[in-house]
Amino acid sequence: MNGAPTGGDTTAPEGSWEELVTTALLGTDRRPPAGAAPGRAAPVALLDAAAVATVRRRAGLRPARAARRPERAPADPRPPLPARAAHRLSTLLADRSGGGSGGRRGSSPDLMELLPQWLAAANAQGYAAPPQALPALLDAARGRTDLRPAALAFGGPRALWLARLNPDWRFAVRAAPGGGATLPGPEDTEAVHRLWQEGLFAERAALLGALRARTPALGRELLASTWATERAEDRLMFLDSLRAGLSQADEPFLEQALGDRSRNVRATAAELLSALPGSALAARMAVRATACVALDRTGDAPAIVVEAPLECDGGMERDGVVAAPPTGRGERSWWLGQLVEAAPLGTWPGRLGGRTAEEIVALPVADGWQGELHAAWCRAAVRQRDAAWSRALLGSPSAPEAGGPGAVSLAERAKLLAALEPAERAAWVAGFIATHGLSEAFQLLGVCAVPWAPSLGQAVVDALNIARDAGSYPWSFSGVMGLAERCLDPADAVRLEALLAIPDEREDAAPGAGGYWAEAFQRLVTTLRLRAAMTRELAASAPPAEQAEAAAQPPDAAG
Amino acid sequence: MTEQGVRWTADQVLALAPDAASRKAGSKLGAAGPWSGTGSGEGALWGQCKGSGSRPYQTVVDLTDAAGPAYRCSCPSRKFPCKHALGLLLLWAGDDGAVPAAAQPPDWAGRWLADRRGRAEAKKARAEGGPAAAPADPEAARRRAERRAERVTAGASELEQRLSDLLRGGLATAEQAGYGLWDETAARMVDAQAPGLAARVRELGAIPASGPGWPARLLEECALLHLLDQGWLRRDRLPEGLAATVRSRLGLPVTPDGPPVRDRWLVLAQYDTADPKLTTRRIWLHGAESGGTRLLLSYGAAGRAPELSLPVGLALDAELTAYPGSGRSRAALGERFAPPAPAGFRPPGLNTAQAAERYGEALREDPWLDAVPVTLDRVIPVPDGDRWQLADADTDTALPLSRAARSRPGLWRLVALSGGAPVTVFGECGHRGFTPLTAWPEGAGEAVPLC
Repeated sequence: MNGAPTGGDTTAPEGSWEELVTTALLGTDRRPPAGAAPGRAAPVALLDAAAVATVRRRAGLRPARAARRPERAPADPRPPLPARAAHRLSTLLADRSGGGSGGRRGSSPDLMELLPQWLAAANAQGYAAPPQALPALLDAARGRTDLRPAALAFGGPRALWLARLNPDWRFAVRAAPGGGATLPGPEDTEAVHRLWQEGLFAERAALLGALRARTPALGRELLASTWATERAEDRLMFLDSLRAGLSQADEPFLEQALGDRSRNVRATAAELLSALPGSALAARMAVRATACVALDRTGDAPAIVVEAPLECDGGMERDGVVAAPPTGRGERSWWLGQLVEAAPLGTWPGRLGGRTAEEIVALPVADGWQGELHAAWCRAAVRQRDAAWSRALLGSPSAPEAGGPGAVSLAERAKLLAALEPAERAAWVAGFIATHGLSEAFQLLGVCAVPWAPSLGQAVVDALNIARDAGSYPWSFSGVMGLAERCLDPADAVRLEALLAIPDEREDAAPGAGGYWAEAFQRLVTTLRLRAAMTRELAASAPPAEQAEAAAQPPDAAG
Repeated sequence: MTEQGVRWTADQVLALAPDAASRKAGSKLGAAGPWSGTGSGEGALWGQCKGSGSRPYQTVVDLTDAAGPAYRCSCPSRKFPCKHALGLLLLWAGDDGAVPAAAQPPDWAGRWLADRRGRAEAKKARAEGGPAAAPADPEAARRRAERRAERVTAGASELEQRLSDLLRGGLATAEQAGYGLWDETAARMVDAQAPGLAARVRELGAIPASGPGWPARLLEECALLHLLDQGWLRRDRLPEGLAATVRSRLGLPVTPDGPPVRDRWLVLAQYDTADPKLTTRRIWLHGAESGGTRLLLSYGAAGRAPELSLPVGLALDAELTAYPGSGRSRAALGERFAPPAPAGFRPPGLNTAQAAERYGEALREDPWLDAVPVTLDRVIPVPDGDRWQLADADTDTALPLSRAARSRPGLWRLVALSGGAPVTVFGECGHRGFTPLTAWPEGAGEAVPLC
C-alpha cells in the first residue's frame, strides 16, 4: 500500500492530489489553489481539500498484486525439539551478542561456549531445529566459522532454504555440498569424469575427497588419468587428499610421484609412502637409517651409537629427504632425523638386539645424539600411529623429565598421546597432572576424550585445589578452567561443592584471590549443572528408563 | 492462591527485562550455580543469589498481583526488575526442581510478601469503599477544565495560523527550516496543554529528511493536523463519539468509562517504543467471546520497563474497560481472575482485501488512525525486490510490509516460520503497510512473537 493506492475507485482522480501537493510545495502566494471555497483563505482552503483527499486516499487503499511466491522449504522429517530444549537453545543463542572477551568473567557460565556442545548433542539425537530459531542460529554461525558445520546440520533443509533469501547468510549456501549442487556418486562414471574434466578446482577437490572416502581406488585412478596435465599447486593439493583411505594399493602411483618436477609434490609423496611401512620407500629408508644407528656392546652396558650420514645423495633426495638444513642446524643431524623419521619403527627391534620399544628408548645414546634420535622416533610414531612406540617414548608421566624441557616437547607429547586409546590417554595425563601440576597441562588436556574420565577429572580438580591453596590467582589457570567447564563430566559437580566457599585469606596469598577462586569454581559448577540440564532436556522425549540412563551419561560431544 | 498457575517460558520472563543488558545479565543468572535456599509457594518465588559481595542477595518475586509480578531484592541495582529477579524467574521457568515447592517462605521473604499483600488488600478495600476518587470540589474541577479548554483553543488557533503561514510560503521552505521551527511550535503546544498536538508537530520536523515523496507526506500530516484543530474548534458540533476521539487525540485526560467486559483475553502481542524520556508499551489483546481486539498502554520512565507485562500466546481471564472515543480500541485492565494460562485458540483471521477494508472502515470513526490491528489468515511472506509482502495463499493479492517491519529481526523469524507455507499473522495494518507482530505456524504450534 505504502500510501499509494493500487487501484480501487477513489472518486477524486490522482491528478487532483498531485495538484494539491504542487500548490503546497510552492505556496499559495505563488500559486493560488483553483476553485477555492468562497470565504476561506487560500491556505486554509488548501488544507481543507488536502485533509479530505488524505483521508479518502487512505480509506481507498487496496492490496497490491502478489509477487512470485517462493518455493516451499523441503520438509524436515526429524522430530521437533522437546519444549525445554527449545527454550534452552533460545537462551544460548540470546547470549551470542556478548563476548566473554571484555573483563572478568564473574561466576556465571559462558553460554556461547556451550552452544557447540548443545548442537552436537541435538544432532546426535536427530532433532529438527525450531524454524523461528533459525535466523539467530544462522547469525551465530555467521560470526563463528567453527560452529557452521554443526549449526547447518541442525538447521537442516529449512536453514538452507532461508539462507538463499538473505545475502548475510550466503556462507550457508556455499557450505552446502558442492556449493549447493550435489556430487555424482561413484557409480555414475560418466558424470564423475565430466565433473573431473570440466569442474572448478573446488568442485574437483570435493569430488576427489568424496571418492577417496568411499572408493579410494576410483579416486586414485581419476587423479592418475589427468596427473601429467595438472598444475603443480593443484597436484600438491590433490596428492594431499590421498591421505584419506591411504593403502598399499596407492604405492605405485606415489612411487611414480617421487619423480615429480615439483619439490613439494615429491616431499608429500615421500611422506605418504613412509606412512606405509610395507612400501619400497620405507624399506629403502630402513636400510639407510639402520646404517646410521647401531648397538655398541663394547662398554659396560650396551648403548646406542649414532653415525650420521656423510652426504645426502640423489637417491635420498628422490625419497623426499630435504638436503639443505634450516639455519642453525648441522646438515648431518638434519639428514639423520629425516631418515629415522621415515623408517618403519618395526625395523628397530631387529637392529638393536631384539629389544622392545621400551627397552630401546631406555638405552643410553652415545655422544649426545639422544635428543635428535628420540625426536625422530617421536615423529615416526606419530606418522605411523604406533601405540607401542608412543607409549615407550612418552615414558612414565610422573618421571621428573616429563615436566621439564626434555627430549620430547609438550606438543610432540600431545601428538603421541593421540595414538593411545582414550582410557590410557586419560590415565597418562592424570598422572602427569598429579606430578607436575596444571601449568603445562593445557595442550595435553586438549587431546583427551570428552567428557574426561573420572581419574582425569579428579586429577584436574585436585590440581586446581592445590593451585588455590598455593595462593595464586585463578586467571593464571583460565585456559584449564575453560576446558574443565566444557570437558569435565557433569557428575563431577558434586565433588566441587566443597570448593565453593571463600577460604580465609592467608598472609602469603595474593590479595582477594580466595574470592576470585570461589567465583571461578562457582562458574565451573554452574556450567557443569547447565550441561547436565542440557543433556536431560534433549533426552526428554525418551522413555523413562532410557531417560534415567541418558541423564547418568555424560554428554557425548566435545566443545 | 496457593498455585503459581502456569510456569512461564524463558521468553516471557525475558520480556520483563528493562533493557538488553539486564536481559543478558539475567539469563546468566538463570542457572542453579549462584543460587541457594530457593523455593516457591503461595504464588511467590524466593532465593539467595551469590554476588560479588560477601553476603548473598535476597530476592523475592510475587506472582499473584494482577498487574504483573512484583519484585524485591537486597541488591543495590536501580534496574527494575534487577538481574537477580530475572535470574530467579528464569531458574523457575527453566528447570524443574531448581526452585522446589516449599510450605512456607523464609522469614525475610515472608515478611515482605505479607506486607505487600496487606497493602494491596487495603488498597482494594479502599477502592471498593465507594467513589473516593471523586474530586473533592466538583465546581473547582469544572473551572480547571474550562481554563484548560481555553488554553487548548488558543493553542489550536495558533497552530492553524502557523500552518496557514507555512502553506502560504510553500512547503519547500520547511525543508530549509529543519527541526528548529517545529520544535519551537511543539513547545508552544506543550504550553497550551495539548500534548497530542505537540507530538504530531514534532513528528512533522522529521518528514522533510525522510526521503523521496516527502512533500506529499508532509502535506498529508499538515492536513490531518489541520483537521484535528478544526475538530477541536468545532467540537460542540461533532457527534459525541467523534468529539471524544478528538479530545483523546489532543491528549486531554480521559478515563475509561465503558462497562467492564469479562472475557478470556488472548495476549496477541507486546512491544515497546522508546524515546529518551518515556518507554511506551503496547499490548494487544483479543477476547475469546467478545471477539474484540483491545489495546493496553503502559508507560515507564526512562530506563525502566513499564510495569505491566503479559506473556504473548497465553490467555487471561480478566475484565477490560474501554476508553471513550469511537473507533478506538484502547482499554484499561481491570480485575484479573486467574493467572495467564495456555490459550488453545487463535484469533480468527481475514484475507488481505478484508484487512485493507477494515482499515478504511476504521478511518470513518477516527480519520487520524495510522493502522488497525488485524489478524491475517493463510498468508505467505514473499520477497518483492528489496521489500517484502504478505500474500494471500488463496488469492492473487498481497499487503506490503511497512518500512519499520522490513528492518526488524522479526521479519526473518516470520519467513523462517513460514518456510513458504501459509501462516497466521497478527499485526497492524495501515497506510504505511502491514507490520507483523506475532505469527502462528501452519498446523499446530505456539505463537511466535516477532517484535
